[in-house]
Amino acid sequence: MTLLSSHSMLKELTLTNVSVGYDGGAVVKNASFQLMEGQIGCLLGPSGCGKSTLLRAIAGFESLMTGEICVDDQVISSQTISVNPEHRHIGMVFQDIALFPHLTIAQNIAFGLSAWPKEVAQQRVMYLLDLVGLTGFQARYPHSLSGGQQQRVALARAIAPKPKLLLMDEPFSGLDAKLREELVPDIRAILQHEKMSALLVTHDQMEAFAMADQVSVMDAGVIHQTGSPYQIYHRPETRFVASFIGHGDFLPATVCGPDCVHSDLGNIRGELHHGFADHALVDLLVRPDDILHDDDSEFVGVIVSKWFRGSHFLYRVKLSSGKVVYCFASSHHNHAVGQEIGLSVHLDHLVMFQRQ
Amino acid sequence: MADLPRSSSVSKSQWNGLKIAAILIAAVLALPILVVLINVLIADGEVWRHLYQTVLAEYISNSLLLMLGVGIGVLVIGIPCAWLTSMCDFPGRSFLSWALLLPMAMPAYIIAYTYTGVLDFAGPVQAFIRELTGWRYGEYWFFEIRSLGGAIVMLTLVLYPYVYLMSRAAFLEQSENTLEVSRTLGYSGRRMFFRLALPLARPAIVTGLTLALMETLADYGTVQYFSVNTFTTGILRTFYGFGDVSAASQLAGVLLMFVAMLILLERYSRHRIRYHSSGLKKASNRRMVLKGGMGSIACCFCLLPILVGFFIPVSVLAYWAMFKAENPGANFIQLAWNSFYLAAIASLIVVSLALVLSYAIRLNPTRSVTASVGIAGLGYALPGTIIAIGTIVPLAWLDHRLIDFVRHYTGDSVGLIFSGTLVALLFAYTVRFMAVSLGAVQNGLGKIKPSMDMAGRSLGMSPYKVLIGIHVPLLKGSVLTAMLIVFVDVLKELPATLVLRPFNFNTLAVRAFELASDERLVDAAPASLMIVLVGLIPVILLSRSIASHIGSSK
Repeated sequence: MTLLSSHSMLKELTLTNVSVGYDGGAVVKNASFQLMEGQIGCLLGPSGCGKSTLLRAIAGFESLMTGEICVDDQVISSQTISVNPEHRHIGMVFQDIALFPHLTIAQNIAFGLSAWPKEVAQQRVMYLLDLVGLTGFQARYPHSLSGGQQQRVALARAIAPKPKLLLMDEPFSGLDAKLREELVPDIRAILQHEKMSALLVTHDQMEAFAMADQVSVMDAGVIHQTGSPYQIYHRPETRFVASFIGHGDFLPATVCGPDCVHSDLGNIRGELHHGFADHALVDLLVRPDDILHDDDSEFVGVIVSKWFRGSHFLYRVKLSSGKVVYCFASSHHNHAVGQEIGLSVHLDHLVMFQRQ
Repeated sequence: MADLPRSSSVSKSQWNGLKIAAILIAAVLALPILVVLINVLIADGEVWRHLYQTVLAEYISNSLLLMLGVGIGVLVIGIPCAWLTSMCDFPGRSFLSWALLLPMAMPAYIIAYTYTGVLDFAGPVQAFIRELTGWRYGEYWFFEIRSLGGAIVMLTLVLYPYVYLMSRAAFLEQSENTLEVSRTLGYSGRRMFFRLALPLARPAIVTGLTLALMETLADYGTVQYFSVNTFTTGILRTFYGFGDVSAASQLAGVLLMFVAMLILLERYSRHRIRYHSSGLKKASNRRMVLKGGMGSIACCFCLLPILVGFFIPVSVLAYWAMFKAENPGANFIQLAWNSFYLAAIASLIVVSLALVLSYAIRLNPTRSVTASVGIAGLGYALPGTIIAIGTIVPLAWLDHRLIDFVRHYTGDSVGLIFSGTLVALLFAYTVRFMAVSLGAVQNGLGKIKPSMDMAGRSLGMSPYKVLIGIHVPLLKGSVLTAMLIVFVDVLKELPATLVLRPFNFNTLAVRAFELASDERLVDAAPASLMIVLVGLIPVILLSRSIASHIGSSK
């Protein structure tokens, strides 16, 4: 194993051109990304995009068609090599929790500790019960616990053998929203406390943003972009990422200079990321918070619908061209549907795609 | 870093052994039905014409009348009892709701022997009437139990629990909301029952009915004893009496057609059950309270089938066995031992094969494996007589080839290795009872979610350790249940045992049949009672699992 210089982080997990599939075809195509030690990564995408299959491939339950998966620079999966799941030292939390119904909570958590000396294992179980806030539950059986408590036990069971990497498959999908909000920061804290890297699969971007340091957005078996939540929200690299993450509209525009595009809402200036030629026809991504209510603006639109969000209003506004966009306004600016309001655009960087 | 143990592949090829095993098991278990079908196809028209001219009309009409009578009977008893115990509350309801299953423990032929002993000319009832009135033989009318009507009553008494069980489950599944909505739309108790509850439960009721009718078609002991000529008696008479395999197969083929229609009906209605359950709140705590006279009537109505179908015949059998029957002594112990070890071996074989099939389909749910498991489970619908013929024909053929072969090369003479030994019997039991054990094992295996296997693997367990540490403890109960059900079914099975048993090898069921045929009904009581008592075990298990199911989904 090569020693990297002390200031750079160690690569925990590396996927290179990984394709997974069955006889019919590839479910995951050429997936590549890296996860650094101590980081929490996330595979985010709509259901059926192949994210769970990719996670199962990392755990060793699916074989690879191409590419390789490395943990700590050691290949654990490729076309020719496949380390059995039980030898990978990768923990996993399952979507349906999958506690063993015939074992007590303590026995469930201790299940992966069979090779440990008894007393050390016992200490570890007690420590984890305390960590997940379930002290005193060790003799109970899974069926007597609530969903959130079962989820905590599943987490404790997965991290008990101190795996290098923890995989979580939609771990919060079975829980209600309130419970999830409580659990997410708890689990983040536990993972950081245990200095464990983790990879999470979810279709819920709020969950991804709350948990992850690094998000990989997937669709139809392809990883579109890997980056921090901020990056994938503000600098989406593909049209799919732009439309899947957050609210947003594509505003038709024409490139009119090195840092300028022309649109229904006038000339918009900002940092250009893509090398489009002058006069190129593009779609400009505008988020609700990019378009503000501005009575002084020469550009106007008609309110089509509105939602009161407490701190602000979210309007759908129809421009003169017929294009409908989102617009944020402070909650003092209460306008009726059908009313005309002035709009101004504030963009730091321009995210554009070739017009379709 | 230490080298990790590697395997060259996690591909599913390592399960190919299981796949091949599943296909082989299915192929072997399909043998009896194939033999019958082939014999139907190759038989010449002469046999068919002869059957048509002589016995076929009688067999068909008797079988149809039997099915019609039993069908009406099980519906008339089963549905009202299910409705009363699931939707109403009256004195004794909780006892009655499981006691209504008790007649399931009673094989039809045993209840037939018992009531014949009680009700025929020499029995205590008619003797009592004669004593009271002074009438003599021929001077009064009394219900002739040894008739088609008698067979219908006997079969109804032990088969209504199928309809009761299925329709009760359906009534309990019906959502309280559905029924409450109908109330707000002005439906009262009776109209609600006929317009809503009954149509909703219909697929379940039809499923129960088809199961009862399959048992009716498969019955041999009752109709044989009552001298009602049906397919099952005809098949065995043709086969034994005239040694005519071809004609027997023809008859079996026609019977098979009836069975196939019932299977199709059953599959169809099972399929429909899924669309008829709403999965909403269950109506278990809001029962209509029947007060006073209505409550007593309901109680009596539900009590009657239990008394007539279980408590009276069991009391009679117990009385005979204790005070009247000749002391069977060591002979009886030999019989019980024969029955028990045969049933134990059969249940071991059947459940082991069911485990192989269940794991094959779990690990490798390809079309070929799924089809194999389906074929392996077909035997549940086949009457024991058909399986017996389908077993003895190919095994006898094999034996004779073997005898010729050995004689040709060594000059020695070997006996009938397959057809004359327990092998034939065990094979027939496996064909007949594979489905019940498959059902129980698959049910248990289904509760072990695949993610539990993966959780075990990701915690460092090898596949073998996952099997020992997770599957074995979780599956133990289901496997034991499956073995128990097969054990009891084998103990009760009559026609296949009668045909396939080795020379001079008797079981409790066969001995009860023989004694009854010799008009020694009282002496048959110890064996019969034993069969009924052992048969009670799965019924109790069933009623307990239903009770816990309802308790958990309150």
